[in-house]
Amino acid sequence: MASLRYERRIDATADEVWGVVTVPASIPEWFPGVVSCTIEGTRRVLTLASGIEMPEEILVNDPMLRRFVYRIDSPLYRFHLGSIDVIELSPEESMCIYSTTAEPDTLCLLIGGGTAGALDEIARLAEAAAAERVG
Amino acid sequence: MGRRILFITTDQQRYDTLGANGGTLSRTPVLDRLANEGIRYERCQPTSVVCMPSRASMLTGQYPSTHGAWMNGVALPLDAPSVAESLHDLGYATALIGKAHFEPFMDPFGRFAENALANLGVPTVEAPWFDGRRGVHRGFDFLEFATHGVMGPLHYAKWIQRTHPEALPGFYSVVDGDFNVNAAGGGDTGAPQVKLNDVPREWYHTDWVADRTIAWLDAQRDDQDWFCWMSFPDPHHPWDPPASERHRVDWREVPLPANYPERAADREALLDQKARHWRLWYDGRVVSNYEAPKKWVPATMTADQVREVNAMNAIEVELIDEAIGRVLAHVAAKGWGDDLDVVFTSDHGELQGDFGLLFKGPYHVDALMRLPLIWRPAPSTSPVASVVHAPVSLVSLAATFLAVAGATAPTWVEGAALPLSDEDAAARGFDSTVTEWDSALFGVEVHVRSILTSNYLYSEYLPGTMHDGSEGELYDLDADPLQRINLFNDPERAAHRAELSQRLHEHAVRPGERAAPGLLVAPV
Repeated sequence: MASLRYERRIDATADEVWGVVTVPASIPEWFPGVVSCTIEGTRRVLTLASGIEMPEEILVNDPMLRRFVYRIDSPLYRFHLGSIDVIELSPEESMCIYSTTAEPDTLCLLIGGGTAGALDEIARLAEAAAAERVG
Repeated sequence: MGRRILFITTDQQRYDTLGANGGTLSRTPVLDRLANEGIRYERCQPTSVVCMPSRASMLTGQYPSTHGAWMNGVALPLDAPSVAESLHDLGYATALIGKAHFEPFMDPFGRFAENALANLGVPTVEAPWFDGRRGVHRGFDFLEFATHGVMGPLHYAKWIQRTHPEALPGFYSVVDGDFNVNAAGGGDTGAPQVKLNDVPREWYHTDWVADRTIAWLDAQRDDQDWFCWMSFPDPHHPWDPPASERHRVDWREVPLPANYPERAADREALLDQKARHWRLWYDGRVVSNYEAPKKWVPATMTADQVREVNAMNAIEVELIDEAIGRVLAHVAAKGWGDDLDVVFTSDHGELQGDFGLLFKGPYHVDALMRLPLIWRPAPSTSPVASVVHAPVSLVSLAATFLAVAGATAPTWVEGAALPLSDEDAAARGFDSTVTEWDSALFGVEVHVRSILTSNYLYSEYLPGTMHDGSEGELYDLDADPLQRINLFNDPERAAHRAELSQRLHEHAVRPGERAAPGLLVAPV
């Protein structure tokens, strides 16, 4: 079992960052290599640029805590838990934390590597929303 | 029309595997001839002893601490400098056929360009260049990739999956169910990463790389200058060459390496002289890096397994030599031979039984650091054959290619063009090379800096999770060419040690702009 955690300060309100993360169908816009997804209830199936399909179960999508938690439900993984937390640092600045715990370790590294890129894209989208708000 | 450049690399091939370098296990007449006609380098070192940082140094002419791809699994920045971009600007057609590995292989999301363009089936993609322009990916207008296995998105894997699916089970599975390097044994002796592969020779990746290179050459005009990087995935493990070629080397007749004492106690006495991670790995207590199978314990390796690995390796080396011969004959038949420069080398070595170890890692000795390097300048330039004994580095390749093309090396290149002779080396100050190692994987962190001079090999272990900064290795290459006696703590060598340490410090603080160290995003 291995865990990886990446964080990023974002020049946007916590609600603007959460607005990106909370919509399950938005993941192709911000997770590098995810080209599309389907949603049925709490089940999300990603299609990756490599052609691989990756089924996931959404466990938590809590607007009060601004916390999104999901599990990859694939036989390749003995265990996976991913979480995205959005924390308000100030009225204009937030922290987004993307954590991955998985077994085997190597797969944690592969997913974790993707989450670092995802944080960049989440920041880009949230900061665009902030810029639009400010005008 | 200028000089064309055929840059040939192999993966994980030791200096002593070539006949020209004194090797006796493999027959390598093609490379031996090139060595006799051109310049053979006796002491060529990589900038890193694993693939991605070393290959990135070939492309950029920079050390890993400059280009930023500091370990396997860290992508070379898309806009890193590239000698192929400079050659492209000079009007060269540019191709890389075979193993690139500037970006991670393990990429389920398909987000790295090498994997993406192979998935898309396009010859190149547009990407940012170092100087702010956009152009073909890393300066190559044609890319066709292969690696060690038949799984994944790269061109060779897709080709064999599509055209010869019946051959797939013959190949060794490079990774296990946990996506770690596979420890499963095979062959006659149960050696790790060995398998008898019933794939027909013409479908094996060595011949495929040569076939695809020939196809690319056939598409070039007679008056076109070109730079072709032909990059064979072998003799890197897995050792699964076509079984039809097994007759070439009978493992039962393979002598044990000079650096493989048969008695375990003798091997352990050698390991105990070195920094602590050597013995810890041998005993299976720590695997510091992904490149060695996590579930394999070197101490369990038998002498016969060493023999069989070396036999399989030698077979792969012979197949490469013959494939190179085929490509060179094709170039000659086109009438291009007189204007062709050929450079042959490998990205790093292989332990191959030395000290009772296999594969690679932070072990800076000749097995991993002494590489074959041959430069056969274009016959039209009337080259003078020579042997260069001075230390040289793969960091010099980019400047060498630009010199062949008649261009001056840009300021981002850290290595000077290779010397043509020992006199040239002395005149231009080729007196040492540096090899770097940095790794941080699942809580194990190792940092090594080594300097090689004509007489000494010196390594410092910087603070990590296994070393506190006080350990090192110093070998007197004249008295101890097999690097068995560690003189690091010998008071009589204190002055040499201090001088070499100072030179490593000068390397660390050398001037120049550095890329930020990249993020580790995959095991390899």
